Amino acid sequence: MKNRFLRTFTLFSTFMMTIPAFAWADDAAQAVATIDTGDTSWVLISSALVLLMTLPGLALFYGGLARKKNVLSTIMYSFFAMVLISLQWSLWGYSLSFGPDINHIIGSLDWLGLKNVGFDPNPDYAATIPHQAFMIFQMMFAVITPALIAGAFAERMRFPAFVAFLLLWATFVYDPVAHWVWGVDGWLRNLGALDFAGGTVVHILSGVSGLVACLVLGKRKGYGSEPMIPHNLPYVILGAALLWFGWFGFNAGSALGANGLAASAFVVTHLATAAAALSWVAAEWLHHGKPTTLGAASGAVAGLVAITPASGFVEPMSAILIGLIGGVVCYFMVSVVKSKFHYDDALDAFGIHGIGGTWGAIATGLFATKAVNPLGNDGLFYGNPDQLVTQLIAVAVTWGVAIVGTYVILKVINVFTKLRATDEEQDTGLDFTQHGEDAYTDLVSGSTFGAVAVPVGKATAGVVKPAL
Amino acid sequence: MTKIECVLRPGKLENVKEALNQYGVHGMTVTQVIGCGHQKGRTEVYRGTEYSINLLPKIKVEMVIPDKNVSEVIKIISDAARTGEIGDGKIFTYKIDNAVRIRTGEMGEGAI
Repeated sequence: MKNRFLRTFTLFSTFMMTIPAFAWADDAAQAVATIDTGDTSWVLISSALVLLMTLPGLALFYGGLARKKNVLSTIMYSFFAMVLISLQWSLWGYSLSFGPDINHIIGSLDWLGLKNVGFDPNPDYAATIPHQAFMIFQMMFAVITPALIAGAFAERMRFPAFVAFLLLWATFVYDPVAHWVWGVDGWLRNLGALDFAGGTVVHILSGVSGLVACLVLGKRKGYGSEPMIPHNLPYVILGAALLWFGWFGFNAGSALGANGLAASAFVVTHLATAAAALSWVAAEWLHHGKPTTLGAASGAVAGLVAITPASGFVEPMSAILIGLIGGVVCYFMVSVVKSKFHYDDALDAFGIHGIGGTWGAIATGLFATKAVNPLGNDGLFYGNPDQLVTQLIAVAVTWGVAIVGTYVILKVINVFTKLRATDEEQDTGLDFTQHGEDAYTDLVSGSTFGAVAVPVGKATAGVVKPAL
Repeated sequence: MTKIECVLRPGKLENVKEALNQYGVHGMTVTQVIGCGHQKGRTEVYRGTEYSINLLPKIKVEMVIPDKNVSEVIKIISDAARTGEIGDGKIFTYKIDNAVRIRTGEMGEGAI
């Protein structure tokens, strides 16, 4: 009813305005007419779903995997990714990624501070939703990507160094690559690389950067001699389940509309996830004799990662295959390859996101079909081997940028502030040494044994060492 | 007075408590502990990496009783806690100098 009234009103006002200001009226009518309420609602809800993936999804997933003394510092990595990248994105990140193209490499600064990013749709990206809706949806992707990297260097990176890394990495690695793959006239997009929801931009970038970060920072103190066991598996399961839930926004939301493509992405996302959880658990059941809950949670995340780039281009049965293979490949990486090469990817950011993302990008080149998405392309199994080559180029480029960019950024930060917590700080735990807090107070008395309230201003200097 | 300290299988706590209650020992302190002895540890697997855990969860029960009851209490605890497998636990006894009931100031056996 309201809609019809609105439409009539729009038509009427358009007609009225034709007489005095023909050109202006035409513009306004076009803008008002093209916003679709269904599409807009879906993209806004999807943005909130993707927010849920970082907080609390990823925060709990990683927090539960960490040891008790590092759970808060691990959660804080996700929390601060949300806080800082949201601001960075609105100030300059969005403009660098999606702003008017400069030489196919980077967006210009025309949209600095969200200038020119208004309520009218930007037909280059999404013709039926307000430009700001597209911007906030993309913001959530920019937020979760650096938060994912934290899984690799958790339990040992100092907080000030993390803050610097977050901002520099988002600006110099994420924003340009997002422009190449998704920006209008970005060179990988022009090349024809397919990445529906961020397999290269989000998962390969974060996973490979994680690998580089864990090599640059070195192993955690005691790695290999002390048992480093997840301190709270129910948190991990809860986190994984929230990731699964939020991922429907991530993948199906990437259709940027409430339509058949969104439904298709929703379905394949779900199927690949279930398949990967099954294959991971089956693999470890055969390999170690027990089906674990951690395996089910990890497998589900591996499946979500693997289907991400393909989610808008493949059919349901292909999705199941992508998931089945993704689960086994990621299991093999974290259980066999990691221990063979002795790198300390603490919470398996590389094993799951780097490898799962790489498999997903390649799988897109195998299983993609125009039957699902006419704007996509056919993959190898649908008679177009060129697509696989394009995907491999995109994968190689992303790996290269992640390796070089992350390495340089970490080395530069290390000149100004130490990256790695000292052995003593690691022994005590980053929760206390970086944040001055303790996650789990004593169960009997409700507070830490021996805790005494110190009047404000009288705290003895040096008791809590400032993190900076 | 004697202090009896025993380390038990966690699953046997209810048995032991019940048996002691029936005998008339009502006071005890129970703690969750971890430890190792003859019993081998166990293996846990996280994301395909095996960890051998050699400190196993146990329950420690402490009580102070009059000297005359010691041998009977030891028998009651042993019977209630035994499975016959390695890992049933240990019982230790100590001589106690004195006991004080904080509320009333009573001393000695009257305080326990």
